[in-house]
Amino acid sequence: MNSRPSAHLVLANGEIFAGEAIGACAPVSTGEVVFNTVMTGYQEVLTDPSYAGQIITFTYPHIGNYGIAEEDFESSRPYCNGVIVRDLARRPSNWRSNKDLDTFLRDNNVSGICGIDTRRLTRIIRNTGAMPAAFGTASVEDLQAAAAKAIGTDGCDLAREVTTKESYTVGDGPFRVVAYDYGIKRTILRNLSQIATVEVVPADTPAQDVLAKNPDGVFLSNGPGDPSAVTGAPETIREFIGKVPVFGICLGHQLLAEAIGGKTFKLPFGHHGGNHPVRNIARQSVEITSQNHNYAVSPDDLPDATVTHISLNDKTVQGLRLNNAPAFSVQYHPEAGPGPHDARYLFKEFEQMMQQHRAQHTSAQSLTESNN
Amino acid sequence: MPRRNDISSILVIGSGPIVIGQACEFDYSGTQACRILRNEGYRVILANSNPATIMTDPDFADRTYIEPLTAETLEAIIEKESPDAILPTLGGQTALNLAMELEERGTLAKHGIELIGARAEAIRTAEIRDEFKKAMQDIGLSVPQSGFAYGVDEAMELAEGIGYPIMIRPSFILGGAGTGIAADREELRQLAAEGIAASPRGEILVEQSIAGWKEYELEVMRDHADNCVIICSIENFDPMGVHTGDSITVAPAQTLSDIEYQEMRNAAFACLRRIGVDTGGSNVQFAVNPENGEMVVIEMNPRVSRSSALASKATGFPIAKIAARLAVGYTLDEIVNDITGETPASFEPSIDYVVTKIPRWAFEKFPESRDTLSSRMQSVGEVMAIGRTFPESLQKGLRSLEQGRFGLNCDPSEAAYDKLSDDELVRAAATATPARVFQLEAALRRGIDVDRLAEASRVDPWFLDQMLAITEARAELAKTTATEMSPSQWKRTKQLGFSDAQLSYVWGAAVSEVRTARQRAGIVPTYKTVDTCGAEFAANTPYHYSTWEDEDEVLRTEAKKVIILGSGPNRIGQGVEFDYCCVHASFALRDAGFETVMINCNPETVSTDYDTSSRLYFEPLTEEDVLNVIEAEQRFGNLVGVIVSLGGQTPLKLANALPNELILGTSADAIDKAEDRKHWSAICSDLGIKQPAGATVTNIDEAREVVANIGYPALVRPSYVLGGRAMRIVYQEADLVEAMSHLSEALAKEGGITESRPVLIDSFLEDAIEVDVDALRDATGEFVIGGVMEHVQEAGVHSGDSACATPPPTLVAPVQEQLTAHTRAIADALDVRGLINVQFGIRGEQVFVIEANPRASRTVPFICKATGVTLAKAAARIQAGATIAELRTEGVLQEPNIGGHISIKEAVLPFDRFPNADTLLGPEMRSTGEVMGIDTSFGSAFAKAQTAARKKLPNEGTVFFGLADRDKAAGLGAAYAFATLGFELVATAGTAAFFEEAGLEVAKTINKVGEHEGTNVIEMLEQGEIALVINTPQGGPGPYADGAHIRTAASRLGVVCLTTVPSARAAATGIKAQQEGRLTVTSLQELHATDQQRLAL
Ligand SMILES: Nc1ncnc2c1ncn2[C@@H]1O[C@H](COP(=O)(O)OP(=O)(O)O)[C@@H](O)[C@H]1O
Ligand SMILES: Nc1ncnc2c1ncn2[C@@H]1O[C@H](COP(=O)(O)OP(=O)(O)O)[C@@H](O)[C@H]1O
Ligand SMILES: [Mg+2]
Ligand SMILES: [Mg+2]
Repeated sequence: MNSRPSAHLVLANGEIFAGEAIGACAPVSTGEVVFNTVMTGYQEVLTDPSYAGQIITFTYPHIGNYGIAEEDFESSRPYCNGVIVRDLARRPSNWRSNKDLDTFLRDNNVSGICGIDTRRLTRIIRNTGAMPAAFGTASVEDLQAAAAKAIGTDGCDLAREVTTKESYTVGDGPFRVVAYDYGIKRTILRNLSQIATVEVVPADTPAQDVLAKNPDGVFLSNGPGDPSAVTGAPETIREFIGKVPVFGICLGHQLLAEAIGGKTFKLPFGHHGGNHPVRNIARQSVEITSQNHNYAVSPDDLPDATVTHISLNDKTVQGLRLNNAPAFSVQYHPEAGPGPHDARYLFKEFEQMMQQHRAQHTSAQSLTESNN
Repeated sequence: MPRRNDISSILVIGSGPIVIGQACEFDYSGTQACRILRNEGYRVILANSNPATIMTDPDFADRTYIEPLTAETLEAIIEKESPDAILPTLGGQTALNLAMELEERGTLAKHGIELIGARAEAIRTAEIRDEFKKAMQDIGLSVPQSGFAYGVDEAMELAEGIGYPIMIRPSFILGGAGTGIAADREELRQLAAEGIAASPRGEILVEQSIAGWKEYELEVMRDHADNCVIICSIENFDPMGVHTGDSITVAPAQTLSDIEYQEMRNAAFACLRRIGVDTGGSNVQFAVNPENGEMVVIEMNPRVSRSSALASKATGFPIAKIAARLAVGYTLDEIVNDITGETPASFEPSIDYVVTKIPRWAFEKFPESRDTLSSRMQSVGEVMAIGRTFPESLQKGLRSLEQGRFGLNCDPSEAAYDKLSDDELVRAAATATPARVFQLEAALRRGIDVDRLAEASRVDPWFLDQMLAITEARAELAKTTATEMSPSQWKRTKQLGFSDAQLSYVWGAAVSEVRTARQRAGIVPTYKTVDTCGAEFAANTPYHYSTWEDEDEVLRTEAKKVIILGSGPNRIGQGVEFDYCCVHASFALRDAGFETVMINCNPETVSTDYDTSSRLYFEPLTEEDVLNVIEAEQRFGNLVGVIVSLGGQTPLKLANALPNELILGTSADAIDKAEDRKHWSAICSDLGIKQPAGATVTNIDEAREVVANIGYPALVRPSYVLGGRAMRIVYQEADLVEAMSHLSEALAKEGGITESRPVLIDSFLEDAIEVDVDALRDATGEFVIGGVMEHVQEAGVHSGDSACATPPPTLVAPVQEQLTAHTRAIADALDVRGLINVQFGIRGEQVFVIEANPRASRTVPFICKATGVTLAKAAARIQAGATIAELRTEGVLQEPNIGGHISIKEAVLPFDRFPNADTLLGPEMRSTGEVMGIDTSFGSAFAKAQTAARKKLPNEGTVFFGLADRDKAAGLGAAYAFATLGFELVATAGTAAFFEEAGLEVAKTINKVGEHEGTNVIEMLEQGEIALVINTPQGGPGPYADGAHIRTAASRLGVVCLTTVPSARAAATGIKAQQEGRLTVTSLQELHATDQQRLAL
């Protein structure tokens, strides 16, 4: 009844879990263990570049049930360092599926481990925070050694690793948006391209190059890791403020905060799930949101900005808006993918912001022109 | 916005008696709602006719009206109490329909009462199938093609346009009543007629059938600020065409990708918003075409439902509680999630386990009905099981059913499928029946592949493949033995949900050997927590389930702990009454400083609410699972003992398997003595108490011998069953042979007829008055009578199906004295500590004892409501060591209030769901629930009870009499009474002749069914010419005896049919009271107020 090779997971704190290898079945894989509580959406999570450097634990025990359908991917491939599940589906069932999850992992050279008491693991991470770890078919001793050396994501500029090498354009909406790719998800692009023609540019693209394109808006994407490690981003973003509408999501939100002098800090174990309640302060309403972040913006030291959204679970900042410039951002994922669609209105707000800006801009321009 | 201060009193409408489609889930939701509303400071007025419920306990409301649930009664309550608002969304379809009726009658407007939870307009749009469809189309959601009809011809015409097969769905129904799929015109003609009859408004939806598609449900909550959340998604194992209430269902949904799931979520919210459910819980049902993902909306219920109870238990999110808060103004984010104690209720639970619900049916009680499942719900209860994976939860669920199964096959019962060929097996599994899940496994075991089975059964291949994992593991197990198993093999095996009993079957070893070997390998279950958040946050709620993982989460405590074993799935014979007793025990023991630990597997109940007990283990009630919890609780602290006597027969049967010293109250030995025929007879003869003559037998020869001694008629039945299972009255040798062979078949599943489980044969007491006595006794030998109930129907009608009255209306003092003395003597002889129930048969002044149960009985809650004495609480305390004297001082045991009123309990039978069943009452219990009528005279109390049981007695018209010879003399009195009340009499020839001879005028003599000349009774019934049928059986019961046709027709046409002479007499008294009386309503608080309280009222 057991044909999979046995494997172990060893956490940096020394905890050992026994399980079975899945996917690429590498002897040793390392990374930072995080958990995600979504009950649907493993394909989106696995292909989300924000998970670069991490090993994803799914708290829901059955993973792989509906197989793999490429159109559900958030990028071209998985960026995570591994996946931990309680039970991997043997036979998927869904009319759209054309592959099973195990094959997908193997094809993409990602290893995983199944048969793990993921609840015990989650409770450990909940108490101690995201933790470096090693897993694989190697001996427990080798895994212990690897776990001891494994690094977390603090201080790593992971966005540099996952960003696009070349810029490219998607969509044909009426506005022109330049999107900084720190690890952008396809669902974001799908939502943006409904309102704009989106040029996706590498994370280190200089501000002048972008401003030279005279865009209607600049979008700051989600991405992996520590915001303070994304070299140069805050300085670049500062150049846009007041000149062009800016919208940031997740890492993009943290970078916008840093650009205006705000600070970020690491959360004890991050927010990773599709069920997080957020209050929209202006509307006095609750949105159920998809979240995936280990860092958060500190509510202090946010000069000239207003907190627009807060987490109802731990009161952390979930959104902000600049007081004197057309720029706003949210910590969570309004695009969902996976997760609820409650906050998709934010793309509309970005559109309206660009509309207004264009109106002011053209009237200002026509004013100068007529003055000439 | 916080609590509304513009309303101060709220009328909560309950759901009435337990019926198929509406069971104790509404006791759970209603109890939660009443509690919350009172905590919020509202004056709560409750109306519910069901005395067995916890919600009708006077502690849960300011005024508790156990009165018939009709618009007239509610109006009387409204006149008296002037509530500001009515909350109709927590009492099932009954409450919702009543609220609509009150609205349409203008009662709400007249008294300025607001409907909270759902507005009338919203209810109408959701419930009128046609309006619902239009509303869905408005917002761009697909629905199956359909039309709307009021008549059969109209339906036929619509069907031509849509094409067969055709689904029929009446408006405003519950449990799929009157629904059905017609393959052709013939079937449609009948189904359309039935559907129109089933709808309170005579309207049906004629719809394209999409049987075979996948069925899903989403449980949704919305607050008045328009915040919406999904509490739980549910995927049905059985495809469309099988009612969700009759389907195995699984939470969360398993085979939807996020894209599909979010589309469904958006659709559910759009649906709620469009229908206009302002606040509260609703459920939206969807169907998905597995070939292409096409999604359609099936229906939405703008109220809490069976599924929301399930969702609450499955996720730990208390839907009814929150719905009650939302109804009085709160928004979701203003309410704290009880479980985490920190985060708000405005979130969507994430779970890290799999929940499986499995229905429990009672087809064995209705042998005339086929056990095919359809869109009409027929199950009488359900179990829920939690496991980390689907295989584990499925196997736990199957053994929770208590139907002799050890899990998914791998037990002696699986032999039933051996004789079928592969093709026959696949064909059998293509039809949904209670056996289908087992047939599918049997087929997988033969190597029939998943695709073929999926194609035939339309069960999703994912589920089948998960079952195949169990099957494959079993094949591996067969190659090894208990002692050769490695720890990791053990763990993997247990993780797939295998019980020790299944393993003992595979290995041919004793269960105890398996257990020992397993424990020696270090494999014991771990208990995880249901926490709403997938362990993301710390949870304080001690709601646990077993699984086989690395880590245990149960906290150690130091207080003295008592385990209470619940009663498992609802079934006929064991329902909400026992949950009532367990819950009361838990409350009483907590009040007395104990920590209480509840074990149960029924998601519908109050006992499985996570805050009823100090700890809840959602576990099967089997020997292995209970022992595991006991051992764990001993590890985690100071376990004083286990209460086995409040949850009916389920825990009682386990008593012998548990450590003796842990059984609290009456000893396992005494329980055995009362059940064991030989011991029991010895006790009775020692005490000089008369018993019907009888003996135990194990085969037909012995049976013949016994009957030769005691004579006919005799009563034949198995030992150790509840609810008169498989009990027969035999009048002649042929009946005896038939009964014995029927028994060996019926009991095959439970191990057959053996020395230790023999058949009992007793002389049948004809024309005896049956009496139930409930009493308490403590360790010092002090004894009190709880209540004496005189049955309306004579002995031979099961006590659970018989109406009964307390205080007893006709028993003379010498008889009452004997009853007390006998009960006390028996209680002493068994050294009872706690409750005892004794049933007697009385002829003249001769008192025979029928049986004694040293445990809580079905009538305990009824007695509590009738007398104001909290018997179950007192019993629990006595079992934990208190004395009756102490309990009196503490006020836990009150003085019974038995003056000035009479209380009647009436049974509610499910014949509308089993159209072919004979409605004749007999010794096999078939009622699903009960109602209570309280008034100052027997007549008015009886009339109320009949109204509450939806058998309202007519005040005028024609009464049909068809009496068996032996009943003719006795029936004459009743006939006179009806004549005096102004009724016209019609009768069958023999009865008519008898009446006329006695000088009674019979307006018409009616032909029997088979006769061709003259009017036949069924035609008259169909013409609506008969208001009441009184028909007693001719000799032995036979399903197609002449009377059976009349009774079945009456049941089908909704004409009240009485099958015994005493019922007829009681009905005449009731009608008299009805004709004379004005309707009065009295709350329990008024009824049982002490003189002091009365002053304050
Ligand atoms: N168009 C249809 N084709 C096939 N089966 C259907 C159709 N509509 C409903 N059903 C089945 O009938 C069952 C009962 O119908 P429903 O309207 O939900 O009744 P109820 O109001 O009692 O829940 C559903 O659970 C589903 O399995
Ligand atoms: N000897 C008897 N004579 C007449 N009726 C009997 C006799 N024994 C049992 N009954 C009838 O059968 C019913 C069920 O029997 P009982 O022993 O109470 O079984 P259960 O344990 O299922 O309640 C009783 O309520 C009574 O009406
Ligand atoms: Mg339904
Ligand atoms: Mg009985």
